Amino acid sequence: MKARVILKAAIKSILKSRMRSLLTALGIIIGVAAVVVMVAIGDGAQLTVEEQIASLGSNLIIITPGTSSTGGVRGGMGTFNRFTLDDVEKIKNEATLIKGVSPLVRSGGQIIGGTGNWFTQIQGVSEDYLEIRSWGLQSGEFFTERDITAKAKVCVLGSEVVENLFPDEDPIGQQVRIRNVPFKVIGVLKSKGQTAVGESNDDIILAPSKTVLDRLSGGRFISSIQVSAASSDKNSAAQAELKSIMRESHRLEEGEDDDFTIKDQSDIAEAATETSRVLTYLLASVAGVSLIVGGIGIMNIMLVSVTERTREIGIRLSVGARASDILVQFLTEAVVLSLSGGIIGVLFSILVTYLINNYTDQVAYIKPQIVAIAFIFAGAIGIFFGFYPAKKAAALNPIDALRYE
Amino acid sequence: MNKEIIRTVELSKIYKVGEIEVPALKSVNLTINESEFVAIMGASGSGKSTLMNLLGCLDEPTDGEYFLDGVNTSKLIKNEYASIRNQKIGFVFQGFNLLSRTTALENVELPLMYDRSERIKDHHKRAIEALERVGLTDRMHHIPSQLSGGQQQRVAIARALVNNPSIILADEPTGNLDSVTSVEVFCLFQQLNAEGITIVMVTHERDFAMFAKRIIEMRDGKKVKDMMIKESMNAQHELERILNESIVYED
Ligand SMILES: Nc1ncnc2c1ncn2[C@@H]1O[C@H](COP(=O)(O)OP(=O)(O)OP(=O)(O)O)[C@@H](O)[C@H]1O
Ligand SMILES: [Mg+2]
Repeated sequence: MKARVILKAAIKSILKSRMRSLLTALGIIIGVAAVVVMVAIGDGAQLTVEEQIASLGSNLIIITPGTSSTGGVRGGMGTFNRFTLDDVEKIKNEATLIKGVSPLVRSGGQIIGGTGNWFTQIQGVSEDYLEIRSWGLQSGEFFTERDITAKAKVCVLGSEVVENLFPDEDPIGQQVRIRNVPFKVIGVLKSKGQTAVGESNDDIILAPSKTVLDRLSGGRFISSIQVSAASSDKNSAAQAELKSIMRESHRLEEGEDDDFTIKDQSDIAEAATETSRVLTYLLASVAGVSLIVGGIGIMNIMLVSVTERTREIGIRLSVGARASDILVQFLTEAVVLSLSGGIIGVLFSILVTYLINNYTDQVAYIKPQIVAIAFIFAGAIGIFFGFYPAKKAAALNPIDALRYE
Repeated sequence: MNKEIIRTVELSKIYKVGEIEVPALKSVNLTINESEFVAIMGASGSGKSTLMNLLGCLDEPTDGEYFLDGVNTSKLIKNEYASIRNQKIGFVFQGFNLLSRTTALENVELPLMYDRSERIKDHHKRAIEALERVGLTDRMHHIPSQLSGGQQQRVAIARALVNNPSIILADEPTGNLDSVTSVEVFCLFQQLNAEGITIVMVTHERDFAMFAKRIIEMRDGKKVKDMMIKESMNAQHELERILNESIVYED
């Protein structure tokens, strides 16, 4: 028989038992769509995390006080030799493989200004900080080295702070009181969205490090040192250089352990992607379950119709069909059904991800290989359960197939 | 003497049901020639269907040999068996065995689909011709559930005819039909037989067997009687008689 005749016969047969075909295809449609959408949501989340990590600053290196043992467990954090501005000064003067360095002095508190008050974190940093983090300004300007030396009471607001304190007016030039100390607003940061670990990068106020140390945190210790390497391929060399500068600065003897930890993005990225990977696995297993449920549905429908189909096979055999004719027919039917179910499933999942991307703040991203895997798996289930009973029936004597109950 | 179509030599069939062996056919020797019209009779369980299934190559014998149109079928492989069913045999079942949700025309075309010799080019035309012979051209686009029992059986007979078989085998073709419709089917068989087609059929009723030209009787898996009928009944006349009677009855 010609391929065209076989295909035509298969399609005819599918249309003849509409309900059975529909239910079979439905199993495949739901299976494929569920897998693709679930994994797309997981991959979308991972993609978002990766983008955010990239936005941390391309060559960011962070030095924090305290040792980190080889196993990654941090011990004795902040118990000895905390950082001071002297460490920063020494790096600034001696390091050759860096573009910029900034202390990070963390503080927080009540901000009063504009329309009301707001509680947020204040970071004391240097003039290099914007470049180190690859952040941009929405308006106004950033403070300069002179502002820092002069301990000027100026600040730059994150966009969320602006939304809350100055919803209707331009904050530049206005005054805010941070823990009762008046600061002049000179700039507004561009909105950046959430960090990889979920806190907002926009709910923040930046001020000169020395001003914050003097007026707000009250002391001489800084939380961490933020450095940007000259370029990404100099990253590890820069880390080695920073290590020796820091050891010298803290007067560590040969053989003594570091009392600080140097981390770059890849460490941070790892922790964050780990979280989103767990999410992806979770979603994928939910999807896998729905694929199995769909598969069981297909199996049930196919097995229920075995009696009817075995009689059909008996009739065909009795008028002279060969076993191979029967197999080709049923295989073609199963393939056509699975393929069309698979295609509809994929189209459906594309529609759903489109809706997710446009009408929710989730991001969904369809990877082609997931489509292929779902397609092949659902197809294999459909084909197996459409084909296997037919193979058994075709091996019977025609009279036994006709008598089958 | 006409050409020999069927010859069985010590043909036997034993069904195995678990441990128990059921001997359904015991060493049957039988010869049927071209253009014969044979009725097989016998009590229920005497092995009529078993014999028919073997003659129709729907089942394989346990022992003995079966020559169909000069070919020793016991030497054939499965695919050749399928070809024989397709080319040489038209089988009519008691329960019609039509494909459901499939039109009469498509049902009749079915054997042509599996005809590898491709001797018939226009399947459509050929199937319509077969339906013409059984007088059902006006119902060819109907599916079995839209047809009466008699009409369904005529579709099945058209399907048996479509490949120009050497022989038509019918196992209780009128078993599911009322007497008038049954006589109509025998009319059709007599007509086909008159055109030279060999027919072997099973029937329970002696009255119907008289439409044939030869009666074979089975008992306990053995052929116990084999006789020619000197003067067969004419189904056409019988049909007219019944119809007249029923008109009288209605008055
Ligand atoms: N598939 C089978 N498995 C086991 N035994 C069978 C099978 N088919 C038939 N038999 C047995 O073989 C014997 C002959 O059966 P067969 O169907 O040939 O009888 P029959 O003459 O056609 O009867 P009926 O007039 O009732 O149709 C019976 O005893 C029956 O029980
Ligand atoms: Mg029987």
